[in-house]
Amino acid sequence: MEYFDTFVSILGSAIRLSIPLLFTALAGLFSERAGIFDIGLEGKMLASAFAAACVAYWTGNAWAGLGAGILVAIIFSLLHGFASITNRGNQIVSGVALNFIAAGLTIVLGTAWFNQGGRTGQVPPEGRFSGIVLPGVEMMRDVPIIGPLYANVISGNNILTYIAFLMVPLSWWVLYRTRFGLRLRAVGENPGAVDTAGISVVWLRYRALIVTGFLAGFAGTYLSIAQSAAFINNMSAGKGYIALAALIFAKWKPVPVMFACLLFGFLDAFANFMQGKSLPMIGEVPVQIFQALPYILTCVLLAGVIGVARPPKAGGVPYTKER
Amino acid sequence: MSTASVPLPAWINYGVIPLLNLILAFFFSGLVVWAIGENPFEALNFLIQGALGRGDAIGFTLFYATSFIFTGLSVAVAFHAGLFNIGSEGQAYVGGLGAALVALSLDHYVPWYVTMPFAIAGAALFGAAWAFIPAWLQAKRGSHIVITTIMFNFIGAALMVYLLVNVFIVPGKMAPETRTFLPGGQLPKLDWLMALFGLKLGPAPFNVSFIIALVMCYLVWLLIWRTKLGYEMRTLGISPTAAVYAGIPYVRTVIIAMLISGGLAGMMSLNAVMGASARLQVEFVAGAGFVGIAVSLMGRSHPVGIILAAILFGILYQGGADLSFEMPNITRDMIVVIQGLVIFFAGALEYMLRPAMVRLYQTARGK
Repeated sequence: MEYFDTFVSILGSAIRLSIPLLFTALAGLFSERAGIFDIGLEGKMLASAFAAACVAYWTGNAWAGLGAGILVAIIFSLLHGFASITNRGNQIVSGVALNFIAAGLTIVLGTAWFNQGGRTGQVPPEGRFSGIVLPGVEMMRDVPIIGPLYANVISGNNILTYIAFLMVPLSWWVLYRTRFGLRLRAVGENPGAVDTAGISVVWLRYRALIVTGFLAGFAGTYLSIAQSAAFINNMSAGKGYIALAALIFAKWKPVPVMFACLLFGFLDAFANFMQGKSLPMIGEVPVQIFQALPYILTCVLLAGVIGVARPPKAGGVPYTKER
Repeated sequence: MSTASVPLPAWINYGVIPLLNLILAFFFSGLVVWAIGENPFEALNFLIQGALGRGDAIGFTLFYATSFIFTGLSVAVAFHAGLFNIGSEGQAYVGGLGAALVALSLDHYVPWYVTMPFAIAGAALFGAAWAFIPAWLQAKRGSHIVITTIMFNFIGAALMVYLLVNVFIVPGKMAPETRTFLPGGQLPKLDWLMALFGLKLGPAPFNVSFIIALVMCYLVWLLIWRTKLGYEMRTLGISPTAAVYAGIPYVRTVIIAMLISGGLAGMMSLNAVMGASARLQVEFVAGAGFVGIAVSLMGRSHPVGIILAAILFGILYQGGADLSFEMPNITRDMIVVIQGLVIFFAGALEYMLRPAMVRLYQTARGK
C-alpha cells in the first residue's frame, strides 16, 4: 500500500509537470504542421509566463493574467511570422533570436519594475489558478485504488490542467476534421498546391502561428500563476525544448503528443522522486540520467530505431510564389 | 517587379545592409533602455567606456571576443555546408572535458607550451566527438541537425554536471569543479601584447587562446575558399542536389563539416578553462555557443567578419557588465536582449531591407 501511495503521488506530480509541455507541444504542432519550424516555443512560454504574472499581480485576476499571457505569446508568434513568412527569413534563426529576446527582456523588465532580481511580485491567491476539488472526492476516498487515484491524480488540479487535456481532442478535431485543418496540413506538405487552389499560403500560415501563440500562452500562464505564484528568472528552464522533443517523439500527431508529454512529465517527476534514493540491485541512479532521458529517447527515435519520424515536408522552407 | 533577383554590389550586400540591420537592432535596444526609464545615450557611453576605456577593460573585451571567434567559426563552417549547428554550446562544453583531461594529466610534468598542442587536440577531439552523432544522424538518417544538436546540448550539459559532481570534484570541496591546474596546464596571459600598445592588462584573463583563434580564422579561410573540401562544402550548402549530382559525397562531406565545426567549438574551452579559470567548472560556456550564432550571422560567415563581430560582442559583454554596475536598473541581461535583436535583424530579417535598397540603388543609377 505504501508503494501504491508513492506511485499515486508521483503520478499526480507527473500530470502537473506535463501540462506546460502539453500546451507547448500542441502549440508547436500547429506551426510545424503548417510548415513553420518553431524553435521559439521556449521564448513564447517564458514571455507569456512573465506577462501573466505581471498582469495577475497588478489586477489580482487570474483570467486577466491568462489573457495577457496569450496576447504576448501571440505577439511573439506574429514576430516569428513577420520574419519567416513575410520576409522569408530563416525560421531557425528567427526562433533562436526570439528566445534570446524573451530570456533577456523578461529579466530586464522584471528587474526594472519589481526590483527583485528578475522576480515579479508575489501574485495574490485570487490572481492564481488554484486546484479544483471535483465532486465526490470524499465519497470515493475510501474506495481502494480508484479512490486515491481519483482524489490525488484526477481531482485537485487547476482549471488549466483540464483545459490542456480538452485541447488534445480539440486540436485533433481542428486538424483532421475541419477545412482549416486540412488546408493547414496541406500547406505544411505542399504550399504550392495550396496556392494553386487559390488559398493564401501567407494568411493560412499566419493563422496557424496565431493558434500556436494562443496555446503557448496557456503554457506560460500555467508556469507562473498556476504552478507557482510569481515569475522567476528563466522559469521555463528548457521546457520549450522538451516540448519540441515530445512533438517530434509523437511524430507530429495530437494524441501521441499527449502521451509523449505525459511520459516526459513522468520522467521529470520520477527524477525528482529518485533524488538521493537508491534502487534495489542498481544502487543510486544519477538524476542527470532522467534529465537527459527525454532528449536521448528523441534522438533514438530520430535515428529510426523506433519507427520513423517524418516531419512535415515543407517545414523550414519559406514559400515563394512563382513569378 | 520582384527585386529578389536583382544583383547588388558587394559593398551594399556586405556593408550597407548589415550595418543598417545592426543600427535597427541597437535602435530597438535603445527603446528598451528608454522604456525602463534610463537614458540610452548615457547607457551607450557607459557601455563603451566600460569595454574600451582602460587596459584591463580592453583585455576583458578581447577575452570574450576570443571565445566568440571560436564559436562563430564553428557555426560558420557548418553554415557553409548548409548545416545549422545550434550545438556549439554543447560541443564547447564537452570540449572543455578534453582540454581539462590534457591539462590535468600533463600540468605536473611539462611547461604550458608543451601542454598546449595536446590541449588543442584534446578540446577539438572532444568537441568534434560531440558533433559526430548529430552529424551521422543528419547524413545517414536525414534527421534534422537543428533538433539533434539542441538535444545534444542538453545531454551534454547533463553529462558534464554528472562528471563534475561525481568524478572530478575535489574531495572535501562543495563546488563541482576540477582542481586548479598548475601553470603547466594554463595558457599564459598576453600582457606583453598589451604592453606593446602601452596598456596594462591587470586582472583581465586575455590569453594565448586569442592567437590560436586568429590562426584558426586563417585556417578556416584556407579551408573554405582554397581547398577542394571547402569547395565541396560550399556547393553542398548552396544546393545539396546539385552537389550530389556533381559527385560530391554527401555523407562524408556533412560529417567532416560537422566534425570541424564541433572541433572549433570545443577549442573555445581553451580560452575559458585553461586561459581564465584554470579549472573545469559547471556552465563555463555561459552562452558563448549561442553568441557564435549571432557572430557568424553578422560576420556573414567570413573569418574577417567573424573577428569584427566577435569584438563587437566582446564589447557588449564587457561593457554590459560595467553598465549594470553604473546603472543598476539595467541588468546584465540587457546584453541578451541586444544579442537577440541582433540575431533577429541581422539574421532572420536579413532580406527585409533588400527590396528598398534595390529600388534606391536603381534610382541612384538612373534606371
